Amino acid sequence: MADAQPILPPMIISPEREGTRPMVQVLHDWIVTVDHKKLGLMYFGYGIIFLVIGGIEAAIMRAQLAVANNHLVSPETFNRLFTMHGTTMIFFAAMPLVFGFANYLVPLMVGARDMAFPRLNAWSFWMSVFGGLILYFSWVGGFGLYGAGSAPDVGWFAYAPLTASSFSVGHSTDYWIIGILVSGFGSIGTALNVLTTTFCLRCPGMTLRRMPLLVWMNAVTMFLVLVALSPLTAAQVMLLIDRYLGGHFFDTQAGGSAVIWMHFFWIFGHPEVYILVLPAFAIVSEVIPVFSRKPIFGYNIMVAATVAIGFISLSVWAHHMFTIGMTSYANAFFVASTSAISVPTGIKIFNWIGTMWGGKIRYSVAMLFCVAFLCQFLIAGLTGIMLAAAPFDWQLGNSYFVVAHFHYVILGGIVMAIFAGVYYWYPKVTGKMLSETLGKWHFWLFVIGFHLTFDFMHIPGLLGMPRRIYTYDASRGWEIWNLIVSIGVIFQILGIVFLVLDLIWSYFKGAPAGNDPWDAWTLEWNTTSPPPDYNFAEIPVVLSRRPLWDLKHPEDPDWKYE
Amino acid sequence: MLAAFLLTSSGLLLAQPAGPSPIPSIFDPHSTPAHDIYHLSLFVLSICATIFLVVFSLIVYAAFKYRHRPSDDDCEPPQIYGSNQVELAWTVIPILIVVVLFLASARVIHAVEDAQFPPDAIQVTATGHQFWWEFEYPKYGFVTANELHVPVSANGQSLPIHIMLLSADTDHSFWVPQLAGKTDLIPNRRNETWIEPHEVGIYVGQCAQYCGTQHAKMLLSVVVQSPEDFQRWVQEQKAPAVMSPQVAEGRRVFETNACMNCHTITGTIANGRFGPDLTHLMSRKTIASGAAPNDEQNLRLWVKEPDAIKPGSLMPAMQLNDHDQDALVAYLMSLQ
Amino acid sequence: MAAATITVPQTEMPLSASYRGKVGMWCLIVAESAIFSIFVVAYLYYAGKSISGPTPAQVLDIPWFNSICLFSSSLTIVLAEKALHHGNIKRFGLFWFLTIALGVIFLIGTGREWYGLIYHDGLTVSSSLFGTTFYSLVGLHAFHVTVGLIGLTIILIFTLLGALRQEHAARVSVFAMYWHFVDVIWVVVLSVVYFIAR
Ligand code: HEA
Ligand code: HEA
Ligand code: HEC
Ligand code: CUA
Ligand SMILES: [Cu+2]
Repeated sequence: MADAQPILPPMIISPEREGTRPMVQVLHDWIVTVDHKKLGLMYFGYGIIFLVIGGIEAAIMRAQLAVANNHLVSPETFNRLFTMHGTTMIFFAAMPLVFGFANYLVPLMVGARDMAFPRLNAWSFWMSVFGGLILYFSWVGGFGLYGAGSAPDVGWFAYAPLTASSFSVGHSTDYWIIGILVSGFGSIGTALNVLTTTFCLRCPGMTLRRMPLLVWMNAVTMFLVLVALSPLTAAQVMLLIDRYLGGHFFDTQAGGSAVIWMHFFWIFGHPEVYILVLPAFAIVSEVIPVFSRKPIFGYNIMVAATVAIGFISLSVWAHHMFTIGMTSYANAFFVASTSAISVPTGIKIFNWIGTMWGGKIRYSVAMLFCVAFLCQFLIAGLTGIMLAAAPFDWQLGNSYFVVAHFHYVILGGIVMAIFAGVYYWYPKVTGKMLSETLGKWHFWLFVIGFHLTFDFMHIPGLLGMPRRIYTYDASRGWEIWNLIVSIGVIFQILGIVFLVLDLIWSYFKGAPAGNDPWDAWTLEWNTTSPPPDYNFAEIPVVLSRRPLWDLKHPEDPDWKYE
Repeated sequence: MLAAFLLTSSGLLLAQPAGPSPIPSIFDPHSTPAHDIYHLSLFVLSICATIFLVVFSLIVYAAFKYRHRPSDDDCEPPQIYGSNQVELAWTVIPILIVVVLFLASARVIHAVEDAQFPPDAIQVTATGHQFWWEFEYPKYGFVTANELHVPVSANGQSLPIHIMLLSADTDHSFWVPQLAGKTDLIPNRRNETWIEPHEVGIYVGQCAQYCGTQHAKMLLSVVVQSPEDFQRWVQEQKAPAVMSPQVAEGRRVFETNACMNCHTITGTIANGRFGPDLTHLMSRKTIASGAAPNDEQNLRLWVKEPDAIKPGSLMPAMQLNDHDQDALVAYLMSLQ
Repeated sequence: MAAATITVPQTEMPLSASYRGKVGMWCLIVAESAIFSIFVVAYLYYAGKSISGPTPAQVLDIPWFNSICLFSSSLTIVLAEKALHHGNIKRFGLFWFLTIALGVIFLIGTGREWYGLIYHDGLTVSSSLFGTTFYSLVGLHAFHVTVGLIGLTIILIFTLLGALRQEHAARVSVFAMYWHFVDVIWVVVLSVVYFIAR
């Protein structure tokens, strides 16, 4: 089947190998590029680098917490570590990774030659790069440039009044504010760009109801970025006004309110977590069908559920604030809205199972990660439901149970889905297959490490261990659990090492992939691997959700059934 | 996986010694609000466990049953695009579950948050400081720190304690898992919580909202006593500090150093509010909110070098010569 | 090749690429509205919560003239677009210039208002919550007006240099959308600051 005729005359043009040109020139090309594929890859590399940096910070934290009354790092350092870890991972690891996928895939999948605004696209990328650099510059510049500087230590949601200039002297917090502000502008630019691309640049025949689910989910994500990231930008500006012009927005001494910052932050903060998870859903929704050899089960309701999640997620933010003493009515409302989200999310899970049902599942590493994703996201979601029951949250909130919950979603869900995406699209991007053996090593090491770390992390939470403490006393009975949790990290590190090895090794030694190694159905597989700068020599025309299926099965094409 | 840690935790749950324990497990409640939460949590846990078992087995079944076998021919499986009935089913069932979850939670929210108190309920005002707790008993007119004493509600008699939560600086959170869920202490905002302990003993907890460098060592303990012991304790606390002539020297040191600007000792000129009230310092088992046992060499060490016990605490190291040091510690030790 | 030859009904064509600018601008407007709504919420939340300093009622009087200028600039810019659409560059330049003038008048008006507030009523960003929220909200809008004016001026320069031609009408109207947005926001700010929370 793989040798079926593509819609268009097969590509003969293959981009000249970059190795053959002087290094400087290659570098220059990458820096000045406006090509969505190059930018996508740079987003990805950028994300991986920060994943490792944030991971090292996490590893140090775990080393400190492995035993009771440990003196590896000082309290000040520990507070900086978790602040930088959280901020880095959310804004400079997870977001670049998902934006990378959106950048690379959306234009290809809608059959366009590039983003709607290529230059804006480059601008957005470099903005987020500067954001990250500014944040990390704080390690040296935090207290003003006179030698000793240090990173912010206010926590990734930087509750007032800890950020007021009276409690946070020096500039460390300013680096936090400005770093996120700058990268935020970049993200808004990307969102605008992707949305315009999906609305305006779809190839002939690709109606909204024929868009690949990946494009749909990224569109909803980008909508969320527009409406949810902007409030954070606004709040950050207010905080700057407080810190530099002596304003009183969050200054509790002058009648300002600490609670309104919480509202502003979480109005961003909760949609943010869906901004991260929807692209993960998007990847899974592309990979599972191809490896189950079946179309996605219930396309329409999948789209509906995605949109529903998008809107509901804008109305649940105060579930992060169950313990601040809201009225019983407010609490009840947010319990309702929060648990309501499990309905559309559940629909997705069931539809993925429905897709696997009755298929012929081929277990390449990408699919393995998808199955792991299903199980782990299920669990993570259910712990979310426990937190959503306000009274239960009065006990669990701000404990290690919460930390376990969201790492379960983020690593068990998002990161695993991203790994699946890597194994699925790497052939398209490089023209080489990733090594399945190294991949399986990566998979098992990381999954084992993940469960050692984050399954057992729930327990100290249930035993009353609060988060953000740099040490604890042996008498509390948290020691053994923390030790197991820390041991798990070693396996995760090894897993990541294998991933990096695989990426590098396969680039040089991997088996050639060809245009369509997985016998897949969406447009990106209809061009060469790697695709030429202009993606498609001739803009394709599609008649169904699976154009390449129609092509390979003229006897019963999809459009008959849609 | 979820099952795994559910079992482990319920195992712990059974392993819990009845009564207050140094391990503040939320599954070992000893006070009315904690009990209400406990029952809800078991209910929610069981629902989630059921959902998990069902969906998890579906995933595993599909993953194994429908795997590609080498024996298979290479033709594609039948292409199914969806099924309205099935999709409707797995939309409606979750909706019902959600409704149930909501009602259950709403009931407990109401029971705990909108509880009414008898006018004679014991009032305590807890104020969070970086990084210690101030407890004021307005009715009895005295202030203490870090160790909250309350009467037990046993044999039919109910003595709920109504706690007003304030903050002097940043956000904190009052959390004693075995007695009640946590509630934050937020500057210029009045929060409330309440407890009704059923068993005598010492219950441990700690600040659960990041509040700065020493958030980790902002521990607190609640000493639940029989009503009689509690009254005795109240009487002791109301009395002004003892003035034994042997330690007059130490008292002079205290009153002539910065100590008096930050600490209160009733009956002396020291009336600072920045640090804990020291009037009955020795009635407390720990110093620096649970950072160290309250004994002579810890006190000496604390006054000499607070950072040795609690790096980053807001009490400065007092450069005192050995003579003053000894006198001062002797004086502190006398503050029964 | 079979698929490619099938003619696709018009209804199935997505928005043509020429809408690009409009869609992009709409996205920007959505994001900007979100930012403004947060500032508005803060303003309303803190209305009357200041513990010191003058109250809005004491020091604020409604900037009728200013507002009329800004609103009418929306009219002139529409006329300018029309003119360009019909290829009447001169007329376009005239109305475009009028728009700028009206915008500038608005800014000057705001400047004079602030001068009075600061030097006579002693209301500053740091003086009270009212000061903080007022200058932030009105200032944020004024900032957008300024950005708009810069853009307008650049286009005016192109016009004077004769670089602007009829086929640019689409792009110019995309920029006009931004200007309309700035005006609409002023309706909100005006009603919030000078009426609702007064
Ligand atoms: C990144 C992605 C992500 C995702 C997808 C989620 C998903 C969910 N989260 Fe999570 N959450 C975070 C990231 C995420 N969370 C983070 C980072 C924090 C902490 C921030 C911080 O404090 O630092 C947090 C914190 C957090 C809290 C606050 C805890 C506290 O601080 O006190 C709460 C409380 O309600 C919560 C709830 C939920 C719920 C209900 C979901 C739901 O979306 C889950 C829905 C999914 C399911 C329910 C499973 C599948 C459904 C079915 C199988 C159908 C049948 C099931 C039912 C009918 C119940 N989360
Ligand atoms: C995308 C989001 C993301 C990701 C991927 C992670 C990944 C991890 N996190 Fe993260 N975490 C957060 C987001 C994330 N976290 C957030 C938002 C918070 C809240 C912060 C706050 O409270 O303000 C938090 C807080 C947080 C805490 C709580 C701190 C506290 O409250 O005191 C802990 C503690 O164990 C922790 C641990 C880990 C671990 C062990 C990993 C591991 O999965 C990491 C594994 C990866 C690696 C280790 C990288 C691989 C490294 C190499 C290959 C190089 C070689 C490495 C070495 C030589 C060390 N995290
Ligand atoms: C700048 C203010 C300041 C000064 C001056 C000061 N203290 Fe303190 N003191 C504190 C603070 C704040 C704490 C609480 C530290 C903590 O728990 O984080 C404290 C705690 C203590 C405690 C422990 C109380 C308890 O029950 O936990 C003792 C004892 C004490 N101080 C004695 C002294 C003596 C003696 C002096 C003078 C030699 C002194 N302090 C000077 C601020 C001060
Ligand atoms: Cu007080 Cu944390
Ligand atoms: Cu949330």
